[in-house]
Amino acid sequence: MNILPCGDRALLAEFGSLDETMSAFRALDTARPDGVLELVPAARTVLARIDPGRLSLRAAEQWMLGTSATDADIGEERSVTIPVRYDGPDLAATAELLGITAHELISRHSGAPWRCGFIGFAPGFAYLAGGGMDVARHATSRQTVPAGSVGLAGEFTGIYPRSSPGGWQLVGTTDVVLWDETRDNPATITPGMRVRFEVADQ
Amino acid sequence: MTALTVVKAGPLTLIQDRGRPGLSHLGVGTAGAMDRGALALANRLVGNERGAAGLEILFGGAIFASDRPVWVAVTGAWGSVTAPGRTVPPNTAELLNVGDSLTFGPAVRGIRYYLAVRGGVDVPIVLGSRSRDTLAGLGPAPLRDGDLVPIGADQVDPVPPVDLVPLDAPFANTAVIEIRPGPRRDWFTQDAWMALLDSAWQVSQRADRSGIRVEGPTLHRSMAGELPSEGMVPGAIQVSPDGAPTILSVDHPVTGGYPVIAVVTDASLDTLAQLRPGQRIRFRLAIGR
Repeated sequence: MNILPCGDRALLAEFGSLDETMSAFRALDTARPDGVLELVPAARTVLARIDPGRLSLRAAEQWMLGTSATDADIGEERSVTIPVRYDGPDLAATAELLGITAHELISRHSGAPWRCGFIGFAPGFAYLAGGGMDVARHATSRQTVPAGSVGLAGEFTGIYPRSSPGGWQLVGTTDVVLWDETRDNPATITPGMRVRFEVADQ
Repeated sequence: MTALTVVKAGPLTLIQDRGRPGLSHLGVGTAGAMDRGALALANRLVGNERGAAGLEILFGGAIFASDRPVWVAVTGAWGSVTAPGRTVPPNTAELLNVGDSLTFGPAVRGIRYYLAVRGGVDVPIVLGSRSRDTLAGLGPAPLRDGDLVPIGADQVDPVPPVDLVPLDAPFANTAVIEIRPGPRRDWFTQDAWMALLDSAWQVSQRADRSGIRVEGPTLHRSMAGELPSEGMVPGAIQVSPDGAPTILSVDHPVTGGYPVIAVVTDASLDTLAQLRPGQRIRFRLAIGR
């Protein structure tokens, strides 16, 4: 792990892989000292925003170095199952890109132990890794992707929380509400959470 | 219900408080008043609690009226702010009478006025804040002509007996912004680093609550390649592939894929809120850890 400077109120920890980043985030999140305002995981980094009045940057650096190296007890893991209708407009083309049948793509996608690495792009848009698939996104984004669309891009799968432009390969649709700002927990999927997809009744 | 009537909303008038920190991991940024100090002062001048919501008025051209006598305070940008028959000075509490209109002329120093109303602006709280996040589209919509802005009960103190808070106006000429090295300082050449610190930069027309693009020399990279998106902070100076820097502001995307060469210090963040397109700025390296 590398700790990089990020102004006078943040540090950026950099890791060698997504897996390493995800376990470091879970360890850091479990052992947050007072004065850590935010932990923002991404593909290879965890950003820590610090209140230097309560925790010096030097102390925060020591905490990050010490914590993410250990396998902290992360307690009971949160998980969610998302029913999906595999009816996306890119299902056949994506299977072809992967050199498999649509049926096999559905069984891999719904059988894989996905885990949320981080959220980006839009509120509640979770990047889920662990499917063992890697597909290119569309060269040109669609103007409108409907809310609930389940897509693949790179090593990730994700669900559009609301209608927006987007370039992911769309393989299915879910009725699960991914984001609701009126709830106490607005995001259905949060970083570190385990996610499984199941084939929904049509 | 006590309310301010928005007679004219001007180019962009937003409801802002101290924002919604702590939600970046869910994809939601902090938002909140861009000039935090100005909103805090305005709230203090009318006896509001620190977290009360006020109005952030871009450039001016806005007119408000009240249905009841109400204490107000204007901070931030300097310009001609008037009530019938009188000038409303900045950084002081002012009693607005029934039917009095409060008119914001064009800002001549800085660009964002803040208006606090005794009791605070009372609109529904979204994820812990009344702030508008212009990027995520969260929180109360920008004000429009004819809107009513409900006034709440967030006053905690009497209106303090202060005539005027002696504050300098926002920078008129070259604004000085303090920075520290960013996480990707080593993606850039030493010449780029020196150019960042030694050049006179100019605020472009592309300056809003998400980011402020500045014009000057091209900042060349020493490393090619793409950066996986990483967490961003307000004040991060992100350099796009064409070598042009953008200073991220309060409504920035929570993650970004352009390397950050430097980060504006917390103490200089409020200055960003008052930068005008065309204004010159210089970056100065902050000393000490």
